[in-house]
Amino acid sequence: MNSHPTTNSKPPLESILDMHLIPNLFNPELSKPSRDGFGKALVELGEQNPNVWVLSADVSESTRTHWFAEKFPKRFVQIGVAEQNMAGVAAGIAACGKTVFLSAYGVFSPGRNWDQIRVSICYNDVNVKIHASHTGLTVGPDGASHQALEDMAMIRSLPNIVVLAPADMEETRKAAIALAAHNGPGYMRTAREKSPVFTTTDTPFVIGKANVYRDGSDLAIFACGIQVYESLKAAEQLKGEGIDAAVIDCHTIKPIDRAAIIKYAKKCGLIMSVEEHQVDGGMGSAIAEVTSSEFPVPVYRHGIYNRFCESGEPYDLLKKYELDAEGIVKHAKEAMKLKSKV
Amino acid sequence: MKRMTNMKQLRFMANIIRQDVVRMLYEAKSGHSAGSIGLADIFTALYFNVLYHNPEKPDWPDRDRLILSNGHVCPVLYSALANAGYFPKEELMTLRKLNSMLQGHPHRGTLPGIENSSGPLGQGLSQAVGMAIVAKAERKRWRVYAMLSDGEHNEGQTWEAAMLAAKYKLGNLTAIIDRNNIQIDGYTEEVLPLEPFADKYRAFGWNVIDVDGHNIKKIIDACSESKAVYERPTVIIAHTIPGKGVPFMENLFEWHGKPPTKEQADEATRDLEAIKKTIDEDEE
Repeated sequence: MNSHPTTNSKPPLESILDMHLIPNLFNPELSKPSRDGFGKALVELGEQNPNVWVLSADVSESTRTHWFAEKFPKRFVQIGVAEQNMAGVAAGIAACGKTVFLSAYGVFSPGRNWDQIRVSICYNDVNVKIHASHTGLTVGPDGASHQALEDMAMIRSLPNIVVLAPADMEETRKAAIALAAHNGPGYMRTAREKSPVFTTTDTPFVIGKANVYRDGSDLAIFACGIQVYESLKAAEQLKGEGIDAAVIDCHTIKPIDRAAIIKYAKKCGLIMSVEEHQVDGGMGSAIAEVTSSEFPVPVYRHGIYNRFCESGEPYDLLKKYELDAEGIVKHAKEAMKLKSKV
Repeated sequence: MKRMTNMKQLRFMANIIRQDVVRMLYEAKSGHSAGSIGLADIFTALYFNVLYHNPEKPDWPDRDRLILSNGHVCPVLYSALANAGYFPKEELMTLRKLNSMLQGHPHRGTLPGIENSSGPLGQGLSQAVGMAIVAKAERKRWRVYAMLSDGEHNEGQTWEAAMLAAKYKLGNLTAIIDRNNIQIDGYTEEVLPLEPFADKYRAFGWNVIDVDGHNIKKIIDACSESKAVYERPTVIIAHTIPGKGVPFMENLFEWHGKPPTKEQADEATRDLEAIKKTIDEDEE
């Protein structure tokens, strides 16, 4: 819990920009679920700030709020299986000047309490930070009912809220700390499954500013969550096939980094989005909204194509639904065909 | 704010608030008449006697909080706030109009004295519980009052909040239910029966007080009693007549969601003026 991945300042590979990623980018030592980063951040925040409160809807261990609960029991509220009430209680606590994190699975929150998030949290404009864990396909064997693939579409339509989808455990830790410092409602999605920890304490994180990890001129891959690392692997393979792909960690879905999108729309003339989310309404849609009005280029949206998925081991699912590096390579080649149509 | 203790003065104030609400709704040309008018006595008791608050300092940290859950009755809240001095009374006639501070349903941040945004039913008690949890954890002396409708107990969230309030033994929380027996589609006991209502709250671990929601003294007494119960939250089931004071509205669910016409507003004002003249003669 106390060891953070560190790096020297030298970029590990020629094509990788100096963003303080781990030295052996494609041979990571650490594999951890991003939800662990959330749990670690809460303990740090709890120590620094007596006004931080945490709420859980009967999923404290699996959403990693139990570390906070053990240390700061007086500022932890066990709500029970009642996500709607949790959103309201959080708003009430926040209205007393507190910074409140509430935590549940993405399918239930915002799946079940969107109206409460809308009115009690966003319309009240209070300091409530929603942590949706177990999002995406990689929740795995629990199956389609538990795979949150629509949460970003639901949440990013709301005014006053920022929406984050960090790439790994370390970025999640930083994202939670940034959310606590942000004045107003916030939302962050994390994953249940372990994934390589490839960013470090020195990797920058600013809400609303996408991280460009790899530059490229043929295709700009904007990814979030686990797919950032998979996209970096995919870009290496694509290089071998003569396609020069940029990889951008689009950790903030709202407000989305318009400057980065327009810059790469101009530079590459083609954008591909990769996310563990329905292709309609998520990060890819947010990117297409920017390009369509500000610099129209083809945006190839890759993700889940308007369907419910199924049970399976997390990385088997990523393979089947083509959201691992190989799948991203395949879709990147498809995306490249759009260029000839422009 | 200095408490108003004279019953005659309090009943005058309730009459003024009723007349405000009638005029506001007529001017707005839309809004919810019956519930707003029926709650005038409770809001008078709260804002002129029960609550510790300071209209000059709406954000005073140690104020009592009033959470309004059934936001559609906000005209009565707005009138109570204006009469207490939170903002000029002439603002009342801008209700529901463009550029007004007085939104059709309450918005926290737009109007001084509003503790929570509301409208969609069933969300208020949860927020009140959150506030009461903080006040209890930090040993604050301020209390939380939650104004609820009977109809919104159709929403499951209200009962989720009721369970949590009992779990945390929120003796600093007083919920007041406007038991007026109507909701949009008809009488509550026909749409989705709530009875035995008090027993349900008792089973959920609450202290329950039944009160005549038009007897200001009894409402104040019930609020005082709730302060003396430490280990349980209290719910005051306030039995009210929707539209009370305006005879042609009383007890008719048709008046839940519509405003009076010019003629109806004038008639209501005459009725209320007539009642006002009798306040002197009545003994409490």
